[in-house]
Amino acid sequence: MENPSISVRKISKSFGSVKALDNISFEIPKGELFGFIGPDGAGKTTIFRILATLVLPDKGMASVEGFDVVKDFKKIRKILGYMPGRFSLYMDLSVEENLSFYATIFGTTIKQNYDLIKDIYRQIEPFKTRRAGNLSGGMKQKLALCCALIHKPAVIFLDEPTTGVDAVSRVEFWEMLRRLKESDITIMVSTPYMDEASLCDRVALIQDGKIMKINKPEEIIVDYRFQLWAVCSGKSFDLLKDLHNYPGIHSVQVFGQSAHIAFEKSILSVDELRKYLTNTGHKDIEIEEIKPNIEDCFMELMVQEPIPQEKKTLTS
Amino acid sequence: MVENIITVKNLVKKFGHFIANDHLNFEVRKGEIFGFLGANGAGKTTAIRILCGLSYPSSGEVKVGGFDIYTQRNDIKRNIGYMSQRFSLYDDLTVYENIRFYAGIYGLSRTEISTKSAMLMKKLGLEEAKDKLLKDVPLGWKQKLAFSVAIIHDPKIVFLDEPTGGVDPITRRQFWNLIFEAAVEGITVFVTTHYMDEAEYCDRVTIMVDGKIAALDTPAILKKTYDAANMNEVFLKLARNTSTA
Repeated sequence: MENPSISVRKISKSFGSVKALDNISFEIPKGELFGFIGPDGAGKTTIFRILATLVLPDKGMASVEGFDVVKDFKKIRKILGYMPGRFSLYMDLSVEENLSFYATIFGTTIKQNYDLIKDIYRQIEPFKTRRAGNLSGGMKQKLALCCALIHKPAVIFLDEPTTGVDAVSRVEFWEMLRRLKESDITIMVSTPYMDEASLCDRVALIQDGKIMKINKPEEIIVDYRFQLWAVCSGKSFDLLKDLHNYPGIHSVQVFGQSAHIAFEKSILSVDELRKYLTNTGHKDIEIEEIKPNIEDCFMELMVQEPIPQEKKTLTS
Repeated sequence: MVENIITVKNLVKKFGHFIANDHLNFEVRKGEIFGFLGANGAGKTTAIRILCGLSYPSSGEVKVGGFDIYTQRNDIKRNIGYMSQRFSLYDDLTVYENIRFYAGIYGLSRTEISTKSAMLMKKLGLEEAKDKLLKDVPLGWKQKLAFSVAIIHDPKIVFLDEPTGGVDPITRRQFWNLIFEAAVEGITVFVTTHYMDEAEYCDRVTIMVDGKIAALDTPAILKKTYDAANMNEVFLKLARNTSTA
């Protein structure tokens, strides 16, 4: 990639005996909305901290907007907006005071880049004298995003911005992010919510310090190698057990009211399956061919975390 | 005869002029998996704290496990379990020490602790990890352990506050298997979650908006009533236009 906005090459990082990142490499072009999708402990926050120049990698190299994270960290800090995992603004300052503080630290004013944050700030402006500590989760996210944008950064890192936030606020937050793309800011987001992957330009599926796949969400779905059916019946709990016992099925995963069954292409017949389920006592059986979603793909790729005594250790 | 394990009548909780819980009325049936949903700031945590005996209502009647919230809070605490994403077990104790500690707090005898902890560790496959410090145990395993510890004393009700936040999708499903097993054994489960597919696993779901209960029914009926394909749509329809800051 020519002149990537973010470049990471063979980065590894361990904390004591825990290998947080294992030989990670990727590149992000300017203006892309890039998502890291994976559970807690996957290594998402460690990647952010290295790129935000807060933590040194053990091995490998990384750069942000052409600046090396080790040698040119001061330059990176000026052009970076960062929203870390936990709410990190000042609880005892008001909404307005927080914003003004961050603007000042970056040598600018609220007025100067107001256009960039206008759409977001308008939603919390009625509460501008309220102390940040007294805002709801969704409002805190909006304020934190404003503070991360107030100096018109070239790149913005959002570490799990929607964790602990309700479904409505999540939707609104992602609408704001997509509008931000119009300003050509490179946006790196991490989330454990699989459904948010489809809102990104490209995603990296990450688990246990390794990247399992990087691609556009649509491509990841195309790459899914099994055929997938959604099966419902009146008795959801028994359905899972009975499906597990049916030959030819590669995996059974519950999704709300239905079970997603994966199998090698064309190996199963709808009629045979329906017969089997009727014989095992199910009624109101529905079987539908579906396209996988990112969660289906993620589960297929992931290796179940080994039980604790086998947990990753530094090879001696 | 359906037994109500939690009854709430006209529950009001105010903080100064702010009405966090505005005349809540609902019942939770024994053995039910009861989903308690709502936008941030809707009043869920306030209500849960009251039900757990951690705070007093401003007015209204509340009974948990048959005990009165105003006069029998200690009895309530002895008969419930609690687990949340933010705090569950102690990172600087081992797996076994955590189990022993909580079992002790819940009043189990030495023999009971010994038997139950062996059973629990076997069930989760954690026998080999018995002496591992909890901070070295992956999150998914921690959450499963925390849940099992929360019900080690066979409480009538277990309160789960966003128990699967940030956990990988396979572990999330294993966690819900544990919940189903507990419900089958008669433990009533009161759970909050931001994962709308999990709302579908509940027997009944209530959605709080602006301090009030906006809806309470089975997922199937809620989807029909609000003409929604799934619980996510139901939630968005109800919670989207609120005044919550």
